[in-house]
Amino acid sequence: MGKTLFDKIWDQHVVTQIEEGPSILYIDRQFIHEVTSPQAFTGIKNRKIDIFRPDQITATADHNIPTINQHLPIKEELSRIQVETLQKNCEKHNITHYGVGHESNGIVHIIGPEMGYTLPGMTIVCGDSHTSTHGAFGTVAFGVGTSEIEMVFASQCVLQPKPKKMRININGELEKGVSSKDVILYVLSKLSSSGGTGYFIEFAGTTIEKLTMEARMTICNMSIELGARGGLIAPDQITFNYIKGRKFAPQGKDFDKTIAKWKALKTDVDAVFDAEFTYNANDIAPMITYGTNPGMGMSVTDSIPDLSEVNESAKASFLKSLDYMGFKPGEKLKGKQTNYIFVGSCTNGRIEDLRAVAKIVKGRKKASNIKMYIVPGSKAVERQAVEEGLDKIFKEADIQFRQPGCSSCLAMNEDKIPNGEYCVSTSNRNFEGRQGPGSKTILASPLTAAATAIAGTLADPRDYL
Amino acid sequence: MPTEKFNTIESSAVPINIENIDTDQIIPARFLKSTSKEGFGKNLFRDWRYDNKNQPSNDFPLNDSKFLGTILIAAKNFGCGSSREHAAWAIADYGFRVVVSSFFADIFKNNALNNGILPVQISEAFLEKMFNEIEKDTTTKFVVDLHTQTIKIASTDESEFFEINKYKKDCLLNGYDDIDYLISKRYEIEAFENNRELSN
Ligand code: SF4
Repeated sequence: MGKTLFDKIWDQHVVTQIEEGPSILYIDRQFIHEVTSPQAFTGIKNRKIDIFRPDQITATADHNIPTINQHLPIKEELSRIQVETLQKNCEKHNITHYGVGHESNGIVHIIGPEMGYTLPGMTIVCGDSHTSTHGAFGTVAFGVGTSEIEMVFASQCVLQPKPKKMRININGELEKGVSSKDVILYVLSKLSSSGGTGYFIEFAGTTIEKLTMEARMTICNMSIELGARGGLIAPDQITFNYIKGRKFAPQGKDFDKTIAKWKALKTDVDAVFDAEFTYNANDIAPMITYGTNPGMGMSVTDSIPDLSEVNESAKASFLKSLDYMGFKPGEKLKGKQTNYIFVGSCTNGRIEDLRAVAKIVKGRKKASNIKMYIVPGSKAVERQAVEEGLDKIFKEADIQFRQPGCSSCLAMNEDKIPNGEYCVSTSNRNFEGRQGPGSKTILASPLTAAATAIAGTLADPRDYL
Repeated sequence: MPTEKFNTIESSAVPINIENIDTDQIIPARFLKSTSKEGFGKNLFRDWRYDNKNQPSNDFPLNDSKFLGTILIAAKNFGCGSSREHAAWAIADYGFRVVVSSFFADIFKNNALNNGILPVQISEAFLEKMFNEIEKDTTTKFVVDLHTQTIKIASTDESEFFEINKYKKDCLLNGYDDIDYLISKRYEIEAFENNRELSN
């Protein structure tokens, strides 16, 4: 029987299989950030051991940092201490660190691919669930807790049970105005936020094959929202073109040699998955969420399900969720006033996302009720946007263009959405209070966010293209 | 560094009958600014425990003195979302040793086990029974036996088996620590690295 892409990468990294237990899985690269790493460094110190492979670790400050005036010291004391602690820990242990203001600083899942750290066939972990983003390159990449960060510090390995395998096929052409964010929100609305629990998902099919690397990253990024351990896509010429010439990627002859190996990274024709689903791209429209988990999504022109359409056992949670959002069963959301818009995060903070917003807002002005900021995913994205003149387009539309960081995706810094306000957000989670206590998040694509900015109410991007 | 050994636990339980409880609810992001593992218990379920004027919400089970014990019971898909281990630290710091649900998110399950908290995954039917028994009598006791991998409703004697992988079970029963184990494997890991170099 053939092997899946996931099997191939996983099996190559198993140091030992513990009987009736997890695998000792070798990790090629670990990314760390300021919020989930300090306790792991303390653990290493208490054990009086060195970090086993500091060269295979890369650090950045992103979760907690301000997105304005990054040249000034961080005002908030606890945030500042976390950021400084990361810097000190990295200096002490010889770990490469891209601190606030560094030309390579940015959200951990944006800078990894951007700098060529993320390469096909690798195993990658980070103390952050959206590590799944790196799967777009044909890697086995997954989020871990702080105990596991410490495991990697101590041994460059984690103890992991092997997940089951799922394949999700998407075939056909995407309609104009429909992006990869809509694809993953659509899949989530079909499979629910626990539909992928226990699985590692391979995304395949003709729709996926045509997507750019940036669009593929958006899909793999949100595979964790299905409950999956991670998601991946087989590397192809689009992948190789993206990687070529990046700073830490193999160069010249080495690159050509490596490509030959990367080409073998695909699922065998006779491989069997534990679960498989197939969807048609034609069925996918611009999507929004209406509830408090990412599985509660619908097309922007649809109505929230009626109570009669909801399973008996899920009714209480459904109503609790709508109650928090201030929505009613059966309600239509298009045209509903929303005052806040956030474009950014490791889901949609890349240059293509900013270009998508610019496409709609160019030559227009945001509606007067709208407060909107665009937060680039990294310094490199910020530079590129300026180079292309996107910053001017945003300025003319009256939209703030900030400095990089996680920002309102999790609102650990000052970028909080006020209590009771709706926010159309290009991030990945619409949990209660995710963007600040009492904030109400509606997840959408950059195009939908941009259309809403112009309309001042929830809008369909197809009306603006 | 050995951790606390897990013995049989008999306790009443605190019920939160809500599905899809994500780690942002267990411990909101704004409380993740600490550089130590201690003190997260006071902010466990912060935004459900307190209203927006910072007053305790009386109808939330953690604020209701009827509900006590070291077992937390929640509806399906507990611990989804962010990988923050702070969620497990908050639950442990608050004093829970067991979390019962009909379904757990993968990362949370690992994080719980790595902190001496036992995630007990049971059937939807048994979970409903447990919620019902608590509704009848809030002091209802449950017995969680890791040796036999069973959870029992003390008053009715009904019990159910739960899965746990043997390696993790041994670790919990004996207080073994994964990181010590991996450190002991450094030679083997080095050999693996060398082999890979050669075959490249
Ligand atoms: S942007 Fe959001 S999801 Fe991505 S790493 Fe930052 S906090 Fe996590």
